[in-house]
Amino acid sequence: MARQTEIVSTRKPRRYAPRGLAIGFCFVVAGGILFLAIFGPLLAPQDPNAQHLQDVLAGPSSQHWLGTDSLGRDVFSRTIVGAQLGVLGPLVIAVGSFAIGNLLGLWAGYRRGWVDSLVMRWVDLMWSVPTLLVLVVAAGAVGASYWLAVGLLVILSAPFDTRIIRGVVMEQVPRPYVEAARTVGVSGRRIVFLHIWPNVAPVAIANSFLVFASSLVALAGLSFLGLGAPPGTPDWGLMLSESQAMLFVNPVATLAPALMIVVTATVANLIGDWFDEYLTSRMGAT
Amino acid sequence: MDWKDWATFVSKRLAALVVLFVVLSFVTFALMYVSPGTVVDVLLAGRPRSAATVHALNVEYHLDKPFMVQYWMWVRDALRFNFGSSIQTTLPVTDEIKARLPTSLLLGVYAYVLTMVSGIGLGVLAAFRNKRAVDRVVVAGTVVGLSMPSFVAGVFLLFVFAVQLPWFPAFGKGDGGLDTLWHLTLPAVALAMTSAAYVLKHTRAAVLGVLQQDYVVFARARGLSNGRVIRVYVLRNALIPILTISGVLFSYLIVGGVLVEMTFSIQGIGQLLVQSATAKDLPMLQGVVLLVSAVIILVNLLTDVVYLIADPRLRLKHG
Repeated sequence: MARQTEIVSTRKPRRYAPRGLAIGFCFVVAGGILFLAIFGPLLAPQDPNAQHLQDVLAGPSSQHWLGTDSLGRDVFSRTIVGAQLGVLGPLVIAVGSFAIGNLLGLWAGYRRGWVDSLVMRWVDLMWSVPTLLVLVVAAGAVGASYWLAVGLLVILSAPFDTRIIRGVVMEQVPRPYVEAARTVGVSGRRIVFLHIWPNVAPVAIANSFLVFASSLVALAGLSFLGLGAPPGTPDWGLMLSESQAMLFVNPVATLAPALMIVVTATVANLIGDWFDEYLTSRMGAT
Repeated sequence: MDWKDWATFVSKRLAALVVLFVVLSFVTFALMYVSPGTVVDVLLAGRPRSAATVHALNVEYHLDKPFMVQYWMWVRDALRFNFGSSIQTTLPVTDEIKARLPTSLLLGVYAYVLTMVSGIGLGVLAAFRNKRAVDRVVVAGTVVGLSMPSFVAGVFLLFVFAVQLPWFPAFGKGDGGLDTLWHLTLPAVALAMTSAAYVLKHTRAAVLGVLQQDYVVFARARGLSNGRVIRVYVLRNALIPILTISGVLFSYLIVGGVLVEMTFSIQGIGQLLVQSATAKDLPMLQGVVLLVSAVIILVNLLTDVVYLIADPRLRLKHG
């Protein structure tokens, strides 16, 4: 429906690519979160699911650094272990949508014709669909499930990748090197994957970081609504909704997962913007 | 572009709209069948099953008829705004939606006004102060704002303005009038944050682009005041790219609205959607889904018409 009409200037808005120290800091934070996601269960000082019922809703102390929640579970440990699900789902979505988006984008951008118009109609349709709404409705119809949401998000994010890849591929196709390869008799598949794709890949990688950030936010939102990660799981979105009522008692317990969501999403967005600027400027005019 | 072109444009769009509605209603109706268990199971939802209740459901939902006939009857009722009755409350779905709609609309409009005023205002300011302190602060805020989901923003706002500084109520929609507006202020700010950051980013880029144009340089050289340059030369041209993002903006507001209503326990449509999804109240879910998607489709049509009015170049292309 809301197809962007080409004649209007659709120039990319200037991105706020960070440089120097700022991007170094972003990579350090991202590395830290990734480290927590992999080794979280080993690092957590306490069992994230152990309930200390004599210590319910306690404030920060030397034993529970961020206090405890309404079931007496250690918030600090839950926040650390929460990185696992927080990173895993979005990672699966980013990779899955990268694969689908690249294949469809290359195909549509190189072949054009009916393939292109079919793919683009699908992209247009998906584009105007509010993602979270689909997830909520699906959860209502077939029951809440984290991995169902991840699967749906792959399908809903892929058009985002496809559209961008297709655009970049269409810029590459008229270039002399493609023409030259064709003249020499290189097969279409070889041209697409070995000649065009390496020139397109940086844009696709940069875009994947943005998909990662947006699906992190979507999954956290779904869990916040109680329709994502199953109850009791250490998941940032779920922790936020469970501890929201404690804002008056132990605000740190509420703010910790909230901060983790914002920091992770911001860092992913900034790295994506940086990749886009850095890699595409190295590629020359793309 | 004369009235004939307008008529063909609008009628083409309307035809596409009807097709979309048919597909959408079909998908919405099919939700009942996608749900695990038979339709009777879904509709009974925990109530005791007896021959009489099953028979009553069969009659009410025409379950003895073929699938397509059921669909047709459902659509016919839906066109009269009759979506059956809620499983949870056994009250008509339409009544519940009607009772909640005004609150959600008010929240949406409130947030939209905040988005536009702060997004465009700060965007223009940042562009004019390009690369100075104000610009850098605004840009940094935008980066965080774009990555901050509305429910997280809501929790932060609650912490600062309801817990630390008890200036605003923490939940509910108030008793109408100014009280409602006061209750909806924090939710509206939380809702507007991401979308304002988005508008700001695009406004800043668009204004920076326009400021480099010769006609702006010339207008300044002629000695026109900054205010006049902004109003007459910059804003009008910069607003077209901003219009193009209004579709995305709208879906932000809808999704964010659902989360914000849950964060602040506001009895609106978004809360209704989540509650009916959690309780598997399918008739309610169908009603809300149809309503929301109808609004989305109509707003998209409206945006397309507004583009045409705002940008003469588009009219040439279509004409």
